[in-house]
Amino acid sequence: MTNETFAGYSNLALYSAMAVFLVAMICNAVYLAGLVPSRDRRRDAGAERELVAAGSAGGTGSAPAAAGARTAARADDGPDVDVPAKARKAAGIASTMTWLGALLLVVSVALRGLSVDRWPLGNMFEFAVMASMFTSLAYCVWSTRRDLRWLGLFITGPLLLVLGMAVTVWYTQAAELLPSLKSYWLVIHVTVAVIAMAIFTLGAVASVLYLVKDAFQRSGRASILDRFPSAESMERTSYGLHIVAFPLWTFTLIAGAIWARQAWASYWNWDPKEVWTFVIWVVYAAYLHSRATSGISRQVANWIALAGYVCLILNFTVVNVFFVGQHSYSGL
Amino acid sequence: MAEQTTTRPQAPTPEPGGKGSGPREPITQPKLGLVGWLRWMWRNLTSMRTALFLLLLLGIAALPGSYFPQRGIDAARTAQWIADHPTAGPFLDRLGFFEVYATPWFSAIYLLLFISLVGCVVPRTKVHWKAMRSTPPRTPARLSRLEHHASAEVDATPEQVVQVAREALRRRRFRVHSHDDVTVSAENGYVKETGNLVFHFALILVIVGVAIGYLFGWKGDVIVPVGKTMSNQLSQYDTFSPGPWVNPEKLAPFTIKVDRFDATFEENVTGRGQFGQPRNFTAYVTTKDAPGAAPKDSTIQVNHPLEMDGAGVFLLGNGYAPVVTVRDAKGNETFSGPVPFLAQDNNYRSVGAIKVTGADPKPLGFSGLFLPTAVVNKDQGPISIFPDLKNPALALTLYEGELFPGGRPQSVYLLDTAQMTQVTSKNDKTGQTEPLRIWLEPGQTFDLPGGRGSITFDRVDRFAGLSVRHDPGRWLTLVAALLALAGLIVTLTVRRRRVFVRVSPAGDAGRTVVTVGGLTKGDDDGLGRVVERALTDITSALPGTPDTSTETSTSTDRDPRP
Ligand code: HEM
Repeated sequence: MTNETFAGYSNLALYSAMAVFLVAMICNAVYLAGLVPSRDRRRDAGAERELVAAGSAGGTGSAPAAAGARTAARADDGPDVDVPAKARKAAGIASTMTWLGALLLVVSVALRGLSVDRWPLGNMFEFAVMASMFTSLAYCVWSTRRDLRWLGLFITGPLLLVLGMAVTVWYTQAAELLPSLKSYWLVIHVTVAVIAMAIFTLGAVASVLYLVKDAFQRSGRASILDRFPSAESMERTSYGLHIVAFPLWTFTLIAGAIWARQAWASYWNWDPKEVWTFVIWVVYAAYLHSRATSGISRQVANWIALAGYVCLILNFTVVNVFFVGQHSYSGL
Repeated sequence: MAEQTTTRPQAPTPEPGGKGSGPREPITQPKLGLVGWLRWMWRNLTSMRTALFLLLLLGIAALPGSYFPQRGIDAARTAQWIADHPTAGPFLDRLGFFEVYATPWFSAIYLLLFISLVGCVVPRTKVHWKAMRSTPPRTPARLSRLEHHASAEVDATPEQVVQVAREALRRRRFRVHSHDDVTVSAENGYVKETGNLVFHFALILVIVGVAIGYLFGWKGDVIVPVGKTMSNQLSQYDTFSPGPWVNPEKLAPFTIKVDRFDATFEENVTGRGQFGQPRNFTAYVTTKDAPGAAPKDSTIQVNHPLEMDGAGVFLLGNGYAPVVTVRDAKGNETFSGPVPFLAQDNNYRSVGAIKVTGADPKPLGFSGLFLPTAVVNKDQGPISIFPDLKNPALALTLYEGELFPGGRPQSVYLLDTAQMTQVTSKNDKTGQTEPLRIWLEPGQTFDLPGGRGSITFDRVDRFAGLSVRHDPGRWLTLVAALLALAGLIVTLTVRRRRVFVRVSPAGDAGRTVVTVGGLTKGDDDGLGRVVERALTDITSALPGTPDTSTETSTSTDRDPRP
């Protein structure tokens, strides 16, 4: 059944993607380094910014609030007036490389699917590769709508880490599925889970950066994060990602229950994997709740979101491998 | 959304640092009797903060059940765990860590959460019902104070502009109302709150569905060797767990005969964790809705249950049932038939027992292993190295005596040797007496020592482990869950927005200044655009080209940098 040639090319595409992501990561780092103003530039930075703000507001923005808005907007989508050309170039290369890496992962996943003649989501290796594929794709697509260059390093870095784990620790030879995994619900349930996980990943990265920036701002220390979008804007980006991922995760939970009834007779068995999926859902529900609860700060809300993400990661790593349940499909 | 009832705990809360924890302000709460207390508790229980706390608590409380073995899922592993941890085991057992999802503390959390949910959602529904039928509020006096506002001067009278604004906003699906001649108040996105309420109500329905399944559902497990028939009766099941309101005497009378069982295992791919993995299990069955009814051919596979009258039949296990014949010394059959052996590992090293109550002179009990692909390993003894029948063998020891001491129920796979003695034999090489070891391959017969007759291993059949399950609540749960999802998507995508329009005469006669302002709750990146679009709608609908001295301010971010 398995076609070794396809499997070989699939791995080749995977290794190429990793090389390309490595380049993207370096370029992203160069971009961020370029954002740090050199010493003499920093001295003028305040004055310069005032000028830019007034200039871009075009005289209409007489109110200070409006000028402030322009300044903040610049980091989001405005012109890169004070980003050095070298940094801008590096960010451009990083963006192209991330797209290329994402497409190579698509090729790798497709070839893997062809080689095993089924949906390539049957074990942890395939899960990790597809999760990376969707994460990079989601990042690329999202970055066509917003300036997400500030996120680049923090996406490509973890991607490389996960793919590295996939090819070393989780690697599983191409093969058919266990009977309990032969179901179109596998395709539906696990694919949506992977997409949700990818978007939660972006959300978690945004939350971490928000919390770090917020902490720096409170302590009043200057840092490169000053060149990132405003803390509020980062927090909203994170929320925007979470409210996309949460319904997807809700669907994952429902589809999993439907599949569980087909495969194990009962739609809910408190199997460890089910418990964790449920807990993740509850924690993210708590995050959305906390954001709407008066008296709960945005920082606390984002910590709850990160707790949800930790559960997500544990669910994939520890629970898959070490907990005894009916979901023992890690292939290890 | 703006006047949303986020029921917060209000008075009477004690002052920070105050003595005691009870309400004690006589001014805010003159007579705080039992009713006052109850009301205070109710308000706290139904607050969003409590809901948040209970949600997080529910998440934490659910976790131990994923780590510790659960009695309801795997009783044997639970007993083993407790035995392996003589101090922690019984202690944790008393706290309910092996039945987490049935413990009082777990139940208390989710019951409180759902009481809180009802107490929260019902008043919100009332408020929302009213909001949907009431008119949008008055336009604020100075729209330029709003975060999002825009204005323009147009070539029309104030009355015309108001008229045009009303139509334009209505076309954008706003509810529109003018409290006076110079303003328009508009609001849309009520469905956001509707979606939110549907979501929360649907969660309650999910729980109702689960409760119905628990009360009226049942589950039975049965092992059916190839060629045998099971009927849906209490007595036929190896284990049967009915809900509290189930009458186990009144089950649908269907029967299922297992005609054939196919199993295939991976033989070609030798990578880690793949060789020997199961690839396909199929049970070919003949079913009847009632003993006299017409037979129907079906198959049951993993992931493809068979739906019978009011119950699903699932293939959850399989294994080998060696067919053996036991004869007494005169050659009369005392036992003949398939004996299911229970698989212990992925290579189907299986344990089982053959209980011959009619043996002569004393009842005999064989106990031991069935190995589909047998090898004898120096360290581990007899093991199986592949799950399929490549080199089947039975490795047995023999006991005689009372098979069912005290008539107690016992496992079909194990002997209760409390009142039995092990049959021994003399080792030819060492000359010592040791327990009798029987090694049989299909077709072979072993003569038992001491005139006890013989045992023949005729062939190997497979068995199907079927689980039959009736859950009348599952459709409600499914529909409610999908409803919750739909409500969730609506509430997360729709924005509730208010748009206000105010007109005032401009300096030049016959011209009018029109100002549009927007208001929303929480974050709304799109409100600025909505305000600008509303203004464009109005200006472009008016006769003549408007003077586009538009001043817009759509400040969303305040720059935190110094
Ligand atoms: C079973 C437990 C519950 C779950 C899983 C849950 C989940 C959620 C979720 C995911 C949201 C986000 C939707 C949004 O942001 O608009 C939400 C919103 C909300 N929930 Fe719950 N909830 C639960 C119980 C409660 C309870 C007990 C209350 C009342 C105290 C409540 C009141 C609210 C309110 C008022 C909102 C709207 C927030 C807003 O205005 O944006 N929920 N809930």
